[in-house]
Amino acid sequence: MVAAMESFQVPIGSDSDILVARAQGRALAARLGFPSSDLALVATTISELARNILSYAGTGEVAVQRIGDGHQTGILVIARDKGPGIPDIHQALKDGYSTSGGLGLGLPGVRRLVDEFEIVSEVGRGTTVTVKKWKR
Amino acid sequence: MEVPLLKQGPYLIASVQAALSDADLLVMRKALVEQVVKRRSQGVIVDVTSVDVVDSFATRMLRDIAHMIRLRGAETVIVGIQPDVAFAMVQLGLKLEGVATALDLEEGLAYLNERTRVAQ
Repeated sequence: MVAAMESFQVPIGSDSDILVARAQGRALAARLGFPSSDLALVATTISELARNILSYAGTGEVAVQRIGDGHQTGILVIARDKGPGIPDIHQALKDGYSTSGGLGLGLPGVRRLVDEFEIVSEVGRGTTVTVKKWKR
Repeated sequence: MEVPLLKQGPYLIASVQAALSDADLLVMRKALVEQVVKRRSQGVIVDVTSVDVVDSFATRMLRDIAHMIRLRGAETVIVGIQPDVAFAMVQLGLKLEGVATALDLEEGLAYLNERTRVAQ
């Protein structure tokens, strides 16, 4: 059951789901041999992505899996929801932008925590954020 | 997961032992402000030594706690933020502006002793 240990999905629908997702993400990163100093980065990334789902869409899902490109190992996090979507992604990626009255950090902050960041959003259809963090 | 509040002389110590949900953080914020009033505490220490993630919501709660308690005329100090947690917070852009922090419980107590002595 190696595959089962190298990926997981957590439905996000309440604040306690954020804890589950980030704890499992941290555990997976630890199993993959990420340095302990990067575990907080992985867990915090998942926490913020799950929090965005809860704040903007209400429900969604966080899927995490091991990835490798032959040279390196990493973690892939996909946070998806079927919420209202983001009308202006460029605006949403600027520091200080927020629509939920939060801290206005959300996406630009998460982008700084990871190595690769991609966002696809369609108004009325939802948002998918995909990030990768490679093992150093 | 409820956070135990310990009374130590004129201070209250909130020792966070496990990961807290948003609801838990809201409960802790309420309990701390209520207990500071009830016990006429002069200072509060929030010990986050065991906390492995401080995200945007947790940061907001810590800041709220410090500011609410200041409005009561008492001091708050956050102690034990782990190096990895601090690194992630800074990368994310989270700030604890205007909130006192200290290395550990001992330093936190020393800070409060100094602050409350000045105030007396």
